[in-house]
Amino acid sequence: MLESGYVACRGLCDTPVMDVRPVIMARSLVKRFGDFTAVNGIDVEIVPGEAFGFLGPNGAGKTSTMRMIGCVSPVTDGDLRIFDLDPSTDGREIRGRMGVVPQLDQLDTELTVAENLLIYGRYFDISRRDCRAKADELIEFVQLAEKRDSKVDSLSGGQKRRVSIARSLINDPELLLLDEPTTGLDPQARHVLWDRLYQLKERGATQVITTHFMDEAEQLCDRLVVMDGGEIVAEGSPQGLITEHIRREVLEVRFGYGRNEQQLPALDGVGSRIEVLPDRLLIYDDDGDAALSELHRREIVPESALVRRSSLEDVFLKLTGRTLIE
Amino acid sequence: MNTHAVSLPLRIVPTAMLSIRRPQRMIERSAYVYRRGWLILLSGFFEPLLYLLSIRVGLSALVGDIEMGGRTFSYDEFVAPGLMAAAAMNGAVFECTANVFYKIKHSKLYEAVLATPMSAGDVALGEIGGAVVRSGLYAIAFAITMWALGLVASPWMVLAIPAAMLIGFTFASLGMALTTFMRSWEDFEYVPAITLPLFLFSTTFYPLSQYGEWAWMVGLSPLYHGVELVRAADLGVWDGSIIGHIAVLVGLSVVGLAVASRRIERLLLT
Repeated sequence: MLESGYVACRGLCDTPVMDVRPVIMARSLVKRFGDFTAVNGIDVEIVPGEAFGFLGPNGAGKTSTMRMIGCVSPVTDGDLRIFDLDPSTDGREIRGRMGVVPQLDQLDTELTVAENLLIYGRYFDISRRDCRAKADELIEFVQLAEKRDSKVDSLSGGQKRRVSIARSLINDPELLLLDEPTTGLDPQARHVLWDRLYQLKERGATQVITTHFMDEAEQLCDRLVVMDGGEIVAEGSPQGLITEHIRREVLEVRFGYGRNEQQLPALDGVGSRIEVLPDRLLIYDDDGDAALSELHRREIVPESALVRRSSLEDVFLKLTGRTLIE
Repeated sequence: MNTHAVSLPLRIVPTAMLSIRRPQRMIERSAYVYRRGWLILLSGFFEPLLYLLSIRVGLSALVGDIEMGGRTFSYDEFVAPGLMAAAAMNGAVFECTANVFYKIKHSKLYEAVLATPMSAGDVALGEIGGAVVRSGLYAIAFAITMWALGLVASPWMVLAIPAAMLIGFTFASLGMALTTFMRSWEDFEYVPAITLPLFLFSTTFYPLSQYGEWAWMVGLSPLYHGVELVRAADLGVWDGSIIGHIAVLVGLSVVGLAVASRRIERLLLT
């Protein structure tokens, strides 16, 4: 039964509530490939039941971090402990207690959906009978019952992603690693996935998610770090990061390409901070409409103006001085 | 203490050598795959079979009898075990070269498997084990064909099956180790360039005495040691030299397995 919480109660229910040992603890964690430093001394602590996000552009070091946590990439330097175990010696045990959804689907293309789940369970040493029961339950959970006996090759991108998620749950993982779970999916498929991940979180699974989508981080993560160039540049809850680093609302105004910067002197004193982009100005203020009224009062007429809630993308822009998706 | 230096051998050796439970999962997976396409399994079996039929139909009578261990055998009796050994080699090579390359480079199968409690050693031993099973199936099919054609000279023939499986183990290990060094599909052109000379010059078609001063080179062919084993069992003619042949095949198998495990670890666990 789904309600019995088949995900992840092992680590949570057996231990006293007081004892919240981190599921993942990294200290000065470093990953180098030859001369290239992918991860440059990060500190992270993730507690049971938490949904934790690594946010950052391509090449920020998110996937390298995930691979070290997944015990498929040796740590170059620093300390990493998962379930209070050492990945370099206890990798097998650690991997047995977690589920991984890699950035690119690594489904077994020679097999059907059901067979993918069955054989994957066998890699975890689960009995054939348990695998069968579990596979049926998970296929139901990701709403792919009618595709049960189709080869995975014939599925759409969103369906494959859901198979990947179902497969990662075959061993009742205490910890779920999701590397860019919705990259490349259409909005509808993303929402179905978000919904499933939210259900898993409700049942207590610890989730680690990398993404370069702001809305995804806001939807899924309790806490996140922003990574850039292998380092952590900010840490907090999605809302906390927004209030700490920027204002609640953003007024976006466009004066035409290349003419935005000239407007800066006239805008002096409007909003709390102004970010200049080639195609537009971002005016941060707690009250975007008030800032827009001020523009009107000064008789400044942009080609277009838009007030919106500020997002993590704006935080990223402020922290790194560039847009997130390049 | 350097934990990486310690963990690496730990990850390969005990699991690969001492536990066969996890490697079996790879064979289980192959069973799923071949359940739908079992015909492809037979591909490597037909070539040696056609050779055998062709020799039986015409060539054997032209060549005449061959004497071994004080007994005379017809030429097709002599050739059949050689071809059986070649069938075992083919089965293993098919299973552990192009197939493995596809799984490393394209399907990302091993990456998914290594994210579970399975280790690189489990993957290598499992895939090689699958190839041994395939070699064994070829050997059994070939033995039945030989029996039907009246080419089984001795009841010791049953031992030719494990001998063929040892050949499979050797070629699967070496093939997989070699495959981990290949960069593109073009590199697979070299596979027949290796297996064809082995097939032709491993005492498959005529005894070692015919090779004259080149006989020492035949000793370098792993298939030669395999052919000698299968032939010894099939004809029921052997001496102490079979110990040496077994030792060579086992030694090459272990080296191949260790290299394949190490390389998979290097390639995928970066």
